[in-house]
Amino acid sequence: MSTRYRSASGGRIDRGRPVRFTFDGRPYIGCAGDTLASALIANGVWLTGRSFKYHRPRGVLSAGSDEPNALVAVRRDEARCTPNLRATQVELYDGLAAVSQNRYPSLAFDLGVANNLMARFIPAGFYYKTFMWPAKAWDRLYEPAIRRAAGLGDAPTAADPDHYANRFAHCEVLVIGAGPAGLAAAMAAAKGGERVILVDEQVEVGGSLLDEPADGGTTIDEISARDWISQSLARLAAYPRVTVITRATAFGYFAHNMIGVIERLTDHLAAPPAGAPRERLWQIRARDVVLATGAIERPLVFPDNDRPGVVLAGAARTYLNRYGALPGKRVVVATGCDSAYAAALDLHHAGVKIAAIADVRRVPAGPLIEAARRAGLPIRFGCMITGTTGRLRVTGARFLVITEDGRAGLGETVACDAVLMSGGYTPSVHLFSQSRGKLAWDPDLQTYLPGVSAENERSAGACAGRFDLAGVLRDGEAAGSASIGVEPSRTFSVHAMAANPRGVLGALTHDRGPRAKAFVDWQNDVTTNDLKLAVREGFQSIEHVKRYTTTGMATDQGKTSNLNALAVVASALGRPIPQVGLTTFRMPYTPVTFGVLAGLARGDLFEPVRTTPIHGWAVAHGAVFEDVGQWKRARYFPRGGEDMDAAVRRECLAVRAAAGIFDATTLGKIEVVGPDAAEFMNRMYINAWTKLGVGQCRYGVLCRDDGFVMDDGVVGRIAADRFHVTTTTGGAARVLSMMEDYLQTEWPDLDVWLTSTTEQWAVIAVQGPKAREILAGLVDGVDLSREALPHMSLTHGVVAGVPARLFRVSFTGELGFEINVPADRGAQVWEAVWAAGQAHGLTAYGTETMHVLRAEKGFIIVGQETDGTATPDDVGLGWAIGKTKRDFVGKRSLARPAMSDPARKQLVGLATVDPARILEEGAQIVAEPGGTTPLTVIGHVTSAYFSANWDRSIALAMVSGGRARMGETLYSPSSTGDVPVQVVSPVFYDQAGEGVHG
Amino acid sequence: MQRFSAFQLFKQGLAGQAGWKPQWRSPEPKASYDAVIIGGGGHGLGAAYYLAKQHGLRNIAVVEKGWLGGGNTGRNTTIIRSNYLFGESAALYDHAVKLWEGLSRELNYNVMFSQRGVLTLAHNVHDVQVLGRHIHANRANGVDNEWLTPEEAKAFCPPLNIAANIRYPVLGGALQRRGGTARHDAVAWGYARAADALGVDILENCEVIGIRRGVGGAVEAVETTRGLIQTRKIGVSAAGHTSVVLDLAGVRLPLESYPLQALVSEPVKPVFPCVVMSNTIHAYISQSDKGELVIGAGTDIYTSYTQRGGLHISQHTLEAICELFPAFRRLKMLRNWGGIVDLTPDRSPIVGKTPVRGLYVNCGWGTGGFKATPGAAHTFAWTIAKDEPHPINAPFTLERFREGRLIDEAAAAAVAH
Amino acid sequence: MLLIACPYCGPRPELEFSHGGEAHIARPEAPADVGADDWGAYLYLRANARGLHAERWRHTHGCARFFNALRDTTTDKFLATYECGQPRPHLGEPS
Repeated sequence: MSTRYRSASGGRIDRGRPVRFTFDGRPYIGCAGDTLASALIANGVWLTGRSFKYHRPRGVLSAGSDEPNALVAVRRDEARCTPNLRATQVELYDGLAAVSQNRYPSLAFDLGVANNLMARFIPAGFYYKTFMWPAKAWDRLYEPAIRRAAGLGDAPTAADPDHYANRFAHCEVLVIGAGPAGLAAAMAAAKGGERVILVDEQVEVGGSLLDEPADGGTTIDEISARDWISQSLARLAAYPRVTVITRATAFGYFAHNMIGVIERLTDHLAAPPAGAPRERLWQIRARDVVLATGAIERPLVFPDNDRPGVVLAGAARTYLNRYGALPGKRVVVATGCDSAYAAALDLHHAGVKIAAIADVRRVPAGPLIEAARRAGLPIRFGCMITGTTGRLRVTGARFLVITEDGRAGLGETVACDAVLMSGGYTPSVHLFSQSRGKLAWDPDLQTYLPGVSAENERSAGACAGRFDLAGVLRDGEAAGSASIGVEPSRTFSVHAMAANPRGVLGALTHDRGPRAKAFVDWQNDVTTNDLKLAVREGFQSIEHVKRYTTTGMATDQGKTSNLNALAVVASALGRPIPQVGLTTFRMPYTPVTFGVLAGLARGDLFEPVRTTPIHGWAVAHGAVFEDVGQWKRARYFPRGGEDMDAAVRRECLAVRAAAGIFDATTLGKIEVVGPDAAEFMNRMYINAWTKLGVGQCRYGVLCRDDGFVMDDGVVGRIAADRFHVTTTTGGAARVLSMMEDYLQTEWPDLDVWLTSTTEQWAVIAVQGPKAREILAGLVDGVDLSREALPHMSLTHGVVAGVPARLFRVSFTGELGFEINVPADRGAQVWEAVWAAGQAHGLTAYGTETMHVLRAEKGFIIVGQETDGTATPDDVGLGWAIGKTKRDFVGKRSLARPAMSDPARKQLVGLATVDPARILEEGAQIVAEPGGTTPLTVIGHVTSAYFSANWDRSIALAMVSGGRARMGETLYSPSSTGDVPVQVVSPVFYDQAGEGVHG
Repeated sequence: MQRFSAFQLFKQGLAGQAGWKPQWRSPEPKASYDAVIIGGGGHGLGAAYYLAKQHGLRNIAVVEKGWLGGGNTGRNTTIIRSNYLFGESAALYDHAVKLWEGLSRELNYNVMFSQRGVLTLAHNVHDVQVLGRHIHANRANGVDNEWLTPEEAKAFCPPLNIAANIRYPVLGGALQRRGGTARHDAVAWGYARAADALGVDILENCEVIGIRRGVGGAVEAVETTRGLIQTRKIGVSAAGHTSVVLDLAGVRLPLESYPLQALVSEPVKPVFPCVVMSNTIHAYISQSDKGELVIGAGTDIYTSYTQRGGLHISQHTLEAICELFPAFRRLKMLRNWGGIVDLTPDRSPIVGKTPVRGLYVNCGWGTGGFKATPGAAHTFAWTIAKDEPHPINAPFTLERFREGRLIDEAAAAAVAH
Repeated sequence: MLLIACPYCGPRPELEFSHGGEAHIARPEAPADVGADDWGAYLYLRANARGLHAERWRHTHGCARFFNALRDTTTDKFLATYECGQPRPHLGEPS
């Protein structure tokens, strides 16, 4: 329980505030300000995970979001369990419980390591070459085994109780990354007085400056790096329109300068406030973007480079200077660049023994190297690290000296408890590339840099290949100034040790034989041998190599590995890197929680719920609802334990015997108004409208221009220049949109206005022989008689004290009225009708009864009888077509020969030979029984119900050439055999149509 | 062709995996071929394979402007099913499923076809009716499809939320047990390797920049970035770029190309045993052998060739996924990408001849092309070889749009593919 | 999410709009007189341009008006938006 590897002083942790946590159940103590990774390192724990394929023991490699190895699950409770978190980003809190992943039975003893022993037989892509026999074994045997072995953490099993926030923001300048370049850019942009947002993925701003020792030599404007950070923050705070957001990762660069940012809000808290969102999605639209995303350190590629304790040199410096955690007591540094010397020097000053610095370069020079030499550190030039020893932690490093004439010297092993490595830094061009900017290969730095921009964006600092601090600050100042259209004016006085920005790429030379494993992609266990194998097998595109070997496809998306992989492949192909290409950078930069992307859209807010003014009444009267589009519609009103069939039977009988009341509010309603309204209706609908008198109604059918039925509904002519158009419930928006399209773009000459009135009217249908009696006492100034208000007419008047449009229409075949009243009076009128109807046996009915009653009359429902491939004539509506009209939408298409093919499916009724047998909706129809598949299908059942009024089953169907088949016996195949049916008229009830005129 | 087998792996393992040969050659283009296939995805490579294997045409080239399988073959969510409504569609897609069932052994390449079942959910009465019609129609066509109650659906897919009080409750689902997934890259590579072994030249980084027509307007040659290639038969399998290629021959098509996004989660241990689709709330999901949840979104609303869509499209999909599987909210999106899908007005493909003699097209697969790969390639090869439709692709002509004989799966079923 | 400049309202996020397909495909004045080929072309054939593309948008959740736009489908950048009925502007095309 000791923190043996905690430095004596320094760092930005709070040594006065110990924090208890557990890892795999073992208790440890860290400090406030630690990450899980830094706390484990301070406790001397390096084994933190197992690799994906070979289950090799792995330790922390990096100190940031590029971490491939140290993935853990953090568990707060049963539901709040998050797998695959990078320990390098998990902030320590009191009571934190982290567990390792992808190991069985334990991290130290993992049976999965058998894969490592078999490694020579399971190289990249091995699964494409085997597991093919016997035929059924893949699904049953091989695949389940592979799936169990694959995967990393365990998915949570309980619903996530946390919630997530979402915010849209706009600004003139968005700066991404708050290192020295980003801070300088933000300060420059702030001067314009416009909105500036600065985001950074870390806990605090400062970027690489946070890695400087507190008393180090680096100064900016004569103050220490850390003081400069504080001063910069204070400056920014003085601008009221500047917003600084930390713990905020810009994960995606979208079209037209929209950036997605995830802000982590509570995961770092021991006890998050109740109700506080866990994360927030920012979608920021910026006029100008400054990318100051820094650079990521590259590992060296050498055999056994994956042993716990082998860590990036820059990360080791971060752990020392920022967290006061020592990577070891006796350390070897392997490097191909200058920056690792800074880590060696800082560790040396902290009292860590530097056992050796192995620099692969033959004659490097520079102030850092000079300083190391002055400090007496043992440096070897032209020295390759060729391996490590140890099992669960590194115990030694093996070297090979390449002499000046290129000969390999003798190998030597140096004991150590940590290996620091660095191949140099790779600029983070992820977001630039996501923005579709073109990358350019820099032959000097041997890396890709931002080239031609695609958006209004500028890269500054290390992400643009600038690594000297003075240059980085100048870059930030220039980018920030350019973003607000001014010349840069601020200068910086910097004292820092200069470092050569160049490093090494690809695999180091070694003498360990062909089977040595030098890892390129740690998490996915991709070695140089795997990459070379892919090339040997003919994969030449880097995209192919990536897919074949899975390099760069792990949860770190190749942040540390992509450039090394590219170099290895280029070398194997014998081509320069720029000719091999580069894999696409895709969003997100780091993985993004599903929940924060889903945001508030959950439960009832997943999709808005639309309810009618009568909804409350229906709820109070026990209605069972169904979803129709966004609407909740009462489906039936069960009484006393009735099931749906019983309730519907009772409702159906009641409507035809007495009267029923039905909420038809959800029907779409469009007011078509203007001098050319009739002409517009003539052009849109298949029907003729010119002769429809004021006060009359007509059933209208709307086709698409390809001739297929799109919608239908009753249309009333309110005035010479005004139509009240109704549509189906689901079609309202579609119909209005189509009308607007034709009106605005094809016929702008027509003087017509369209207004959706769906939400303005409540519609109460009263249907049945007693309907008139029920309404008689409620209306004021309205003559309900059949002469004054015949079927398919309308009038204005007052119903239950409310002004109404009163339609005499019927979708049941009975005497019927539809009362349209302003929506806010709907409930009141409904209650009044309900009360008045009690003496007459008025029954409330729902959509299911409505469906049965209309089917008894052979009325179609668009979307049930029609399916987007039916013409008006197919569904028996040929009569509705205005025959003398020159044109309407769909007319020309209906003239195509295929539209009058006698084999087209036509609407018919079906009567089962067994009257009790109800067909299944969607069941197929065949002419001959007992066929074998594939059957010759001639139709399908569109609607099927038990008709209580006829006391037998009824069905509507679309049958090929159906109208010529009246009286024929056909068959409907079912799981219990072919059901014989007789083709009948689709009108089962009141074929003469007397009822509606009652 | 160097055979792939467990024994070979073992043998090569002892030899340091050093003896593997290239899976296909990288030849220089010849001056002339008997047939040229434009588009090196699964459909194009498959067509070349079947032309060589079943129709005896060995002097064939596949030209690909980028890298093999880099288009929609490598960008889809790998779902395979054949439970389409119309007999014509079911016949085409089921032809594919039957070929899928033997494809690994046919190609000696494990394409990991996994028949773990595709479950399509119903959330309202209309869905129940539509899926019911599908089940009946499929069974009449000899295609397996069965209804599951919510409880049966939950048993088949344990993470599914079947609570009755959610916004879109699960009222049941249609299950095609023969449906499943396959490893998409392997399909392209497997066909490439097998076609190459039969003598087919696979020409990567070879973009078609012109189509030359001679006497009577018949095709004569393709101009490419790697030189002029004479040929009398050109088969185009260029997915989202089909309009651009056919434009070179002066042929206009009823196609529009839209961005389609997909995404995967970080890999987790096995948690999702099947494929689930919901057309009503626009989502489909499965888990790859690697452990990633593979999730498909809908198309963006505008045409584009950028292979990139809006974040709000992915958000909408994840809203649906989190609603159906609330335990997945804490999982993380690892990678998101876009493809370009070519949609026809009736959402059914066009496979067949064009008005230009010697020019054949296989396109319009929209979001559903991967599942059809072997079936489409197989019948397309027939059409190219015999200059006439295969009985299975015969209904899917270009002429159907002129005549109004559409095969409108989308309108018929309100089913997004 | 695209940022679309409605000619009537100014720049607005894509969520407020619906896409109306290729622009400048006028419905024939007298469809009855149009032959099968031309009618089929009107209904179904589309340029599907890779590059500059004239298309219709509707500011559905704003002013509700249709307008046209010229967009590069290889970058999704808008070169212009303009009112319905106006001719396609000549922008960004090789001269």
